[in-house]
Amino acid sequence: MRKVFQLENLDCANCAAKIEQAISKIAGVSKASVSFMAQRLEIEAEGDIEALMPLVKKEIARVEPDCEIVE
Amino acid sequence: MNNKLRKKLHKIIAAAVLFVAALFLGQWSYVQVAMFVAAYLLTGTEIIAKAWRGMKSAQIFDENFLMAIATFGAWGLGEYSEAVAVMLFFQIGEFFQSYAVNKSRASIASLMNIRPDYARIRRGTKWQEVSPEEAKVGDIILIRPGEKIPLDAVVVKGASTINTSALTGEAMPSDVSVGSELISGCVNISGLLEAKVSSPYGESTVAKILNLVENASSRKAVMENFITRFARYYTPMVVVAAAVLAFLPPLIWPEERLVDWGYRAMTFLVISCPCALVISIPLSFFGGLGAASKNGVLVKGSNYLEALSMAKYVAFDKTGTLTEGVFHVEKIVPQKWLDNSQLLEYAAYGEAYSHHPIGESIRKAYAKELDLTRLDQAEEVAGLGLKVKLDGQDILIGNDKFMRQNGIVAEINESFGTAVLVAVDGRYAGYLLIADKLKTGVAEATQMLRACGVDKMVMLSGDRPAEVARIAKQAGVDEAYGALLPADKVAKVEELKKSVSGSGRLLFVGDGVNDAPVLALADVGVAMGGIGSDAAIEAADVVIMNDDLRKLPQAMMIARKTIVIARENIVFALGVKLLVLGLGALGLASIWAAVFADVGVSVIAILNAMRASSLPNGRRKLGQLERRASAGIN
Repeated sequence: MRKVFQLENLDCANCAAKIEQAISKIAGVSKASVSFMAQRLEIEAEGDIEALMPLVKKEIARVEPDCEIVE
Repeated sequence: MNNKLRKKLHKIIAAAVLFVAALFLGQWSYVQVAMFVAAYLLTGTEIIAKAWRGMKSAQIFDENFLMAIATFGAWGLGEYSEAVAVMLFFQIGEFFQSYAVNKSRASIASLMNIRPDYARIRRGTKWQEVSPEEAKVGDIILIRPGEKIPLDAVVVKGASTINTSALTGEAMPSDVSVGSELISGCVNISGLLEAKVSSPYGESTVAKILNLVENASSRKAVMENFITRFARYYTPMVVVAAAVLAFLPPLIWPEERLVDWGYRAMTFLVISCPCALVISIPLSFFGGLGAASKNGVLVKGSNYLEALSMAKYVAFDKTGTLTEGVFHVEKIVPQKWLDNSQLLEYAAYGEAYSHHPIGESIRKAYAKELDLTRLDQAEEVAGLGLKVKLDGQDILIGNDKFMRQNGIVAEINESFGTAVLVAVDGRYAGYLLIADKLKTGVAEATQMLRACGVDKMVMLSGDRPAEVARIAKQAGVDEAYGALLPADKVAKVEELKKSVSGSGRLLFVGDGVNDAPVLALADVGVAMGGIGSDAAIEAADVVIMNDDLRKLPQAMMIARKTIVIARENIVFALGVKLLVLGLGALGLASIWAAVFADVGVSVIAILNAMRASSLPNGRRKLGQLERRASAGIN
C-alpha cells in the first residue's frame, strides 16, 4: 500500500531528511520519502497505513514541531 | 511573502538596527550590552525555544541547538557582538532560504496552473458548477471561451480552437468540432463547447500529469540521497571535533587557555549546520524538473533527470516514434491505359470497407466521399486483399500473391513500403506504394543528440529489414535492427544496456503503445506518446508531450545544466566549510568567517540553484546545437 500526504510548514531541508529517516524506521513502513520542495510525504507500507498514522504524526511532531500533515 | 515571513523580516530589521547602533556606540557600556541583549533576544528567542524543544526530544544535533550553544558560548567568552552577529546572520540566512523556497514552490504551482477549478455540468435544464471530481462519465459539460477544459471529453456541440500550450510548452492551437476529443488541462480559446465527459477526473489527463509532476521530487537523485546521508554524519562529526578542540589542548598544555580554544570551537559549531548543502540540491533538481516541464517534457523524478544527463546510448522504436506511424500513399503507378486519379478511385472503392490502416490511407489520399451505392459484393481474403464489384466491374486489390492467385502477373520493383496492386476485370491496372514517413525534426534531433554527447543510436523495429534500413538512413541513426519480435527487442535492449560503458546510461524512446517492457528495462524510458496517451504517461520515465523528438536533446541539456549546478553547490559549499574549519582549528578564522561559511554559502548556493529553473544559458547552447545540426544536414 502506498499513500501520499501533503505537508505544511516544512521549512527546513535537513528536517525533511530527518523526518524521512524517522518515518522509515517505524515498524511496518517499508519506504518513506519526503520531498522538501513539494512538501509531500510518501509512505509505502505492507499493512494498513491508517493504523501507522498516529506514529507517523508523532515522529513529525518530534522532529519539526511546526510541520503538520494537511488533512 | 507570507505573514510569518514578513514578521520574521521585521524582527531581523529591528535587530540589525539595534546591532549596528550598538557597534557605533563604541565604548563598553551597559547601554551597549543592553542593546546587544535586545537584538539577540529579538532574533534568538525562537531559536532557543526550538533548541529547547529539540533537546527534550533528544535531538542534540539540531541546527537550532547548535546555534544556541555557539551563541551562549560567545556570550560566555565576552564576545557580545559576535554572539548577536551569529544569531542575526543565521536568521538572515534562514529568511533568505524560506523566501527562495517559497518562490520556487510558487513557480511550480503556477506551472501547475492547469488544475481545473470547476466543471460546469448540465443538471436538467440548468448548468451547474461543480468540482471536476464530482463529474461522472457521460455528463455533459459546458466550456466557455477562455476556460480550462476540466475533464477529458468528446465535443457534442459547437466548434472552437483550443490551446494545448499548458501541456506541451508550445502554443499550438488546434481546431475542434463535434466528435473531437478534448484533453483536460488545455484552454478553450474561441467558441462555446458542449462536451460529453469520457473519463472520471482521477483518470483524466490533467490529473495524471499533475500527479506525476507532484510526485517527481519524491524520486530522488543519487546525489540528493548522498548529501542527506552525508549531512547525517557531517554534523555530529563537526560537533565532536568542536568539543575536542575546546577541551583537549588546554588539558594537554596547561599554558593554553580554554577561552582561546573555546572560541575556535564556536566557529566549528557555527559551520556545522549542513543546511546550505542539504537545501541547494533539491532546489536545483526542482528547478530542473520545472524547466523541463515548462518545455513540454515531463520528467518523473530527479533520478531520471540525473540519468538523462548521463545518456550515452539511445535506442528508438521505429513506428510512431521516428515515423508518423500513419501510412500514406507515397506514389501512384498506373498502367498506360489509365491515369493516377482513375487508379486511385479504383483503389479507394476497392478498400471502401477495409479497416486496415493501409486501406484507410488510400481512402484518405482519394479525399472524396465514396458513393457506396456503386459498390456490390465486397469480399475480403484475409491477409491478401479484397474483391469488389464497382459499377459492374470486378476490382481486385491486394498484394502480389493475391494477384498471382488470380492469374495476374505484375512486376514491382520497390525497395521500401508496401505495394498495393489493383486489377480491373482481370486486367492489371497498376499499383500504389504505401509507406510510413519520418516525423518532422527527427533527423535534426538525432544530430542534436550526437552533439549532446550521445555515442550510439540504434533503431529497433518489428518491421521488414529493408524498410527499417531506409528509415534508419533518413533518421541518421547508427544501427538498425528489423524483424524483431517483442522478446527480441527486450534481448537487444538488455545487450545494449550491458555494453554501455561505465557511468553511461541507455535511453529507450518509444511511443508507449506496445513497448512497455523495454521502456521499463532501459535506464530511462522516454515516451513520445503526445498528450492524451495514457499508456505513454504511465509506462515511461520521461514523457515528451508534443511528440517532437527535438525536445529530447533539449531535456538532456536541462538535465546536464541541473547536474552541473548541483555539483557546483556541493563543491563550493563543502570547500568553503572545510577551509574555514581548517582555518578555525588553527585559530585563523573568526566567528565572522564562520558565519559567512554557513549563511553566506547557503545564500550563494540557493542563488545558484535558482538558475536551474531559468536556463537562459541552456537555451543559447541549444540554439548553437540546432545551428550545428542543421549545418550537418545541409
